[in-house]
Amino acid sequence: MTPKGPRLSSPLLVSPEQLDQLLQLLIKRDYELLGPTVREGAVVYDHVTSTKDLPAGWTDEQSGGKYRLKRREDGALFGFVVGPQSWKKFLFPPVARLWQAHRSNGLFQIVPEVRKPTKFAFIGVRACELHALAIQDKVFLQGLFVDPEYKLHRENVFIVAVDCVQAGGTCFCTSMNTGPKATAGFDLALAEIIQEGRHQFVVRVGTKAGADLISQVPHDEATPADLEFSEKLVAEAAKQMGRTLDVNGIKEMLYRNTEHARWDHVADRCLSCSNCTMVCPTCFCSNVEDLTDLSGQQAERWRKWDSCFTTDFSYIHGSSVRSTPRSKYRQWMMHKLAYWLDQFGTSGCVGCGRCITWCPVGIDITEEARVIRESETFVSAAG
Amino acid sequence: MIQTLESVIREHPFFQDFPEDQLSFITGCAKNVQFPEKHFIFLEGDPANEFYFIRAGMVSIELVIPHLGPTTVQTVGEGEILGWSWVSPPYRWHFNAKTLKRTRALVFDAKCLRAKCEEDHDLGFEMLKRFANIITARLDATRLQLLDIYGHDD
Amino acid sequence: MATMIENDVPQGLNLDPMIPQLYRIDRVRDETDDTFTLSLVPENGDAKISFLPGQFNMLYVFGTGEVPISISGSPAVPSVLEHTTRSVGIVTKAMGLLKPGDHIGVRGPFGSHWPLNEENGRDFVIISGGIGLAPLRPVLYYLMAQREKYRKIVLLYGARTPEDILFKKELERWRGKFDLEVQVTVDRAASGWRGNVGVVTPLVARAPFDPSNTVALLCGPEVMMRFAIMELQKRGVPQDRMYLSMERNMKCALGFCGHCQYGPGFVCKDGPVYRFDQIASVFGKSEV
Repeated sequence: MTPKGPRLSSPLLVSPEQLDQLLQLLIKRDYELLGPTVREGAVVYDHVTSTKDLPAGWTDEQSGGKYRLKRREDGALFGFVVGPQSWKKFLFPPVARLWQAHRSNGLFQIVPEVRKPTKFAFIGVRACELHALAIQDKVFLQGLFVDPEYKLHRENVFIVAVDCVQAGGTCFCTSMNTGPKATAGFDLALAEIIQEGRHQFVVRVGTKAGADLISQVPHDEATPADLEFSEKLVAEAAKQMGRTLDVNGIKEMLYRNTEHARWDHVADRCLSCSNCTMVCPTCFCSNVEDLTDLSGQQAERWRKWDSCFTTDFSYIHGSSVRSTPRSKYRQWMMHKLAYWLDQFGTSGCVGCGRCITWCPVGIDITEEARVIRESETFVSAAG
Repeated sequence: MIQTLESVIREHPFFQDFPEDQLSFITGCAKNVQFPEKHFIFLEGDPANEFYFIRAGMVSIELVIPHLGPTTVQTVGEGEILGWSWVSPPYRWHFNAKTLKRTRALVFDAKCLRAKCEEDHDLGFEMLKRFANIITARLDATRLQLLDIYGHDD
Repeated sequence: MATMIENDVPQGLNLDPMIPQLYRIDRVRDETDDTFTLSLVPENGDAKISFLPGQFNMLYVFGTGEVPISISGSPAVPSVLEHTTRSVGIVTKAMGLLKPGDHIGVRGPFGSHWPLNEENGRDFVIISGGIGLAPLRPVLYYLMAQREKYRKIVLLYGARTPEDILFKKELERWRGKFDLEVQVTVDRAASGWRGNVGVVTPLVARAPFDPSNTVALLCGPEVMMRFAIMELQKRGVPQDRMYLSMERNMKCALGFCGHCQYGPGFVCKDGPVYRFDQIASVFGKSEV
């Protein structure tokens, strides 16, 4: 059954109402709709049932250690960038049971977790977040082993991406080549246009599934003018980045500077609070907990998010390998910007700026990298 | 083939690159010696006027500790040098040295060597340079021993 | 970073690699007052045991937890899995209370292995300290089973005291062979001990191997390995012929939990056996 409708290559135009119809159609097709919504002064990802749940008329002001929501006049549905959460909380849940075990007569039996193959629909995924998903795919699906929970849900995710038409205060996706335009990994990508009494979305189709869905909903073809305007907005966003990161040779630069004095400087400020790892869309560390009930006959194994900043993260033989804030911050930053390249072939950072915004003391990964790069003194190999 | 004293000394790593003209003097200070098992080569407090190259066997460097008795702190085996107390005043042994098995060694007359080193500082330097190596290696090893690296980590 | 040593995904782990297989304890042997060896057989009689020397399993004690333990038995025995461990934490202490007939969960084998097939015709110098002899015992079984493929084999082993020496019977048996040189030393002697006293590093300086044609395998406390490597380098053994087994905190052994990261790699998959030149830039670096 070939869906009739637009070719994958031609962009379309929908109104907010038509977008809502798209969402309802997803719900009808048994997708669990997840999207941005305002709660407790932040934009978080949660269940949404229609465009009414989206943060219409909200924008965010972000800087080091600061996040505020502010009203905007134009009623934009996606007029903000990213909040403290990322999509990893759905594919790689913060808390998950792995299996149960029952013991009787000394023998025990393991009962694998029966996982519901829920179909998620992510609404409003930013370009940087698409890259973050691809990065986590590499970790959980393309290594020596495959994580069954991640795989089960990842295969079925329907992604409606959103091009950023404005940059956030701590954003640097252009430095990391991860935005502001969504280029791959989506079923549909929207660019929100608000102009002289019109409020519409340019829709680019990314996959057959996306084409199929949009074909079932009333839509128009986008004109070249529409397209040009949306491209202009995205290009403007690219110029508004709040931060920059020079990634040229950054891995080698950091490897050369593992003992740089700047690490002590950061250590004086870092609280090892682990906010950065919680908000980061690519951080994947977890802990495994084995529990038992009071009878001692039922046991469970759980997986929970963990952070390399926790005290016992590197505990072995009576003490932690990394016990000082200096070594922990260095591990986090070097993993993100250097080791990750050796481990997975890409940077671990997508330039979303969350770690800067949500650090209580405003430590800025781009500034740390710049200071080290600009102040390194190294002896040449020949010397 | 029986090796001459001189060839044994010459081939020993300790004397690598030793000035040729000093080697015969050194050889003159040396003698072959044999000890049976459980034999005290020297005792704590004795005058330290020799040092030894162990050619075969094993020697225990030990200290007598109240309640514990004689306690081995280190063993010295084939190819190693025994004794450096001859280098610093008051030239007395700080430990006992007792053979754990039959041991063959070269013994050097350190009293004579000390006198010559005072006269001939070049010779003195060559000897001390090499003994410094031995002492630092022994110190490194002792520090590792002190770390108790296999110890319990509760 | 190129991995010299290949890994295969073990059988049975493709579906859900966090689920242990059930094994039954066949025998428990106390090696020293705080170290014991478990001999395990699969509860499912058909399951065949296959591993390479240097690899480890995650062992699960019901309701208590799971820890990584190197396999310490012979790779040529497909019916029994042996693990030797010190009783130091909650899980290993609980493990130490288990008896023959009790069950344990096993996941693995994981990790890289000692380079035994690639090094025919060389001298082997095996430097071990404390519990570090356990991951190297499979190597000795392997080498001795194909003795003609290798030249000199030297085993240097340091323990805390004579009472802490592992595998005493086997060491005596190996020492009795003319074609294997075994030197054991202790940090601290008991009265009556007639062997070497001192750390294992001076033994490296004098061991009878040819540095230009030697493979060195090291396993023990990091500081011991550091000093032993210095001695090996002094004798001219190149960095790409030294292999060490590293240890870090492990929760999953699959490369997911991130705990075992060691510089740019994961000890559970890039290690635990590393060729020294591949980690030379981070080895010994403080808090890496």
